[in-house]
Amino acid sequence: MSTTTPTTPTTPATPAAPAPAAEPPPTPSPRVPVVAPWSARSQRVVRWLGVAAVVSVVATVWLGLWVTPPDAVQHDLVRLVYVHPPIAWVSLYLAFGIAAVSSVLWLWPRTRSPFWDRLAASSVEVGTVFTALTLVTGSIWGRPTWGVWWAWDARLTSTALLLVLLLGYLAVRRVAGAPEARARRCAVVALVAAVDVPIVHFSVDWWHTLHQNATVLNANLSPTIHGAMAWTLLLGFVAFTLVFAWMLAVRYRIEVLVEGALAAEIDLALHERWAEGDDSPPPAVRP
Amino acid sequence: MWRDSVLVAGKDLRIELRSRVVLNQVIPVAALTLVLFAFALGPDRAPMTRAAPGLFWVAVLFATVLAVQRSFGLESTEGARDGLRLSGLDPAGVFLGKAAAIALELVVLEGLLTVGVVVLYGSHVRAPGALAAACVAGTAGLAAAGTLYGALASGLRVRETLLPFLLLPVVAPVLLAGTRVWQVALGIQAGSPQDPWLRLLLVFAAVYLCLGVVIFGPLQEAS
Repeated sequence: MSTTTPTTPTTPATPAAPAPAAEPPPTPSPRVPVVAPWSARSQRVVRWLGVAAVVSVVATVWLGLWVTPPDAVQHDLVRLVYVHPPIAWVSLYLAFGIAAVSSVLWLWPRTRSPFWDRLAASSVEVGTVFTALTLVTGSIWGRPTWGVWWAWDARLTSTALLLVLLLGYLAVRRVAGAPEARARRCAVVALVAAVDVPIVHFSVDWWHTLHQNATVLNANLSPTIHGAMAWTLLLGFVAFTLVFAWMLAVRYRIEVLVEGALAAEIDLALHERWAEGDDSPPPAVRP
Repeated sequence: MWRDSVLVAGKDLRIELRSRVVLNQVIPVAALTLVLFAFALGPDRAPMTRAAPGLFWVAVLFATVLAVQRSFGLESTEGARDGLRLSGLDPAGVFLGKAAAIALELVVLEGLLTVGVVVLYGSHVRAPGALAAACVAGTAGLAAAGTLYGALASGLRVRETLLPFLLLPVVAPVLLAGTRVWQVALGIQAGSPQDPWLRLLLVFAAVYLCLGVVIFGPLQEAS
């Protein structure tokens, strides 16, 4: 889908005429830097990460839907176990953990670099998608097992609060301002929210619990399921972690590109203004 | 740090004493919330009495948003924020001072609201000590988190809408814990009010006070 149209063959009838005078395409000045967020090697790595993510997700779907047996109690519903806990793991631990750690690293003067800010923002944005998916898949699972789409259960409630906290971060992210000030605000929001998460978790846990206990990540780390199901679940964790890593990398690249595009736009506008100032005769009077 | 915090708190409270914005506007709004809840729950006393603790804390939460907005609205006029930043006061002291002023205003508000709850909803106070302890601990946490987010949102054009969106989910544990302690203290639920909810309120307040002391300096540079 290349949008750059070659200029020569478009007007064959009138070769001498200049290009349609209505609005010439803005030719970027040679001084505008070309943004290249990745080296060729890391681009290859990200591409292979994407391939690995797709392959593992396909394998999880195949194992989960066709190979593993239905459960004695939950029947086919149990197949959600290959999707819901891995997504929850990605959103509640991985995405939020990365966002919190990179925000702290940004706030720490010695390790401050735009990398951590971009990483935190990308992680929150991808994590928001995964948190929403956690709620959706949980809701789909809850309807047949508990009989309701939504219950005021501890983990549902705390996950919903987490989603609101993440949306708050994104709202702060969207507020215009100098990049440094924005990064600072975002890092503080991430930190305040990260500190809140364990408090929310405990308070809501004491408040009400209906959810089943963690199957895999329980206190003594001995999974309470076995055989093909355990392996499929493990593969599900790997698959969704890979999907998250790939999305994070792509989102990071978009962040760099957007920053580059904004800088280039400002540069271009500056060049245009300078060009206007250069020619001493004023431009022709417009009709 | 402590001297600076006393200075800042004194300044905020003096402005409040002279302008009476919290007294004349925020407290009436909170009281009005109680009346509106009564309209929503019907003229029967029973549901109101049962819901009183939760309604009280919801009213306090909304009043917190208003008090924080007022507190940082003071700083937004005529370069007051820059003046505060250039005054050489310790940022941790500024944080504690502003939080203390907000907390004091909220405690007064809670006292009046408690009277309102007793009069309007017909609640009976069984354990006034637990009631007061929950108010003090919960208010410290609310003021600390509110001051952090107030400083963060101040100076932004979207601060009026951003502040409640950021603050209310973060202080949700205060609502939960405060309501539980009050349910026991008002005799709606059996049990000991101390465990574990009062401790949760104390932990919340301690965590956000510490976080604010550490983080307020960098935060002031952003706005």
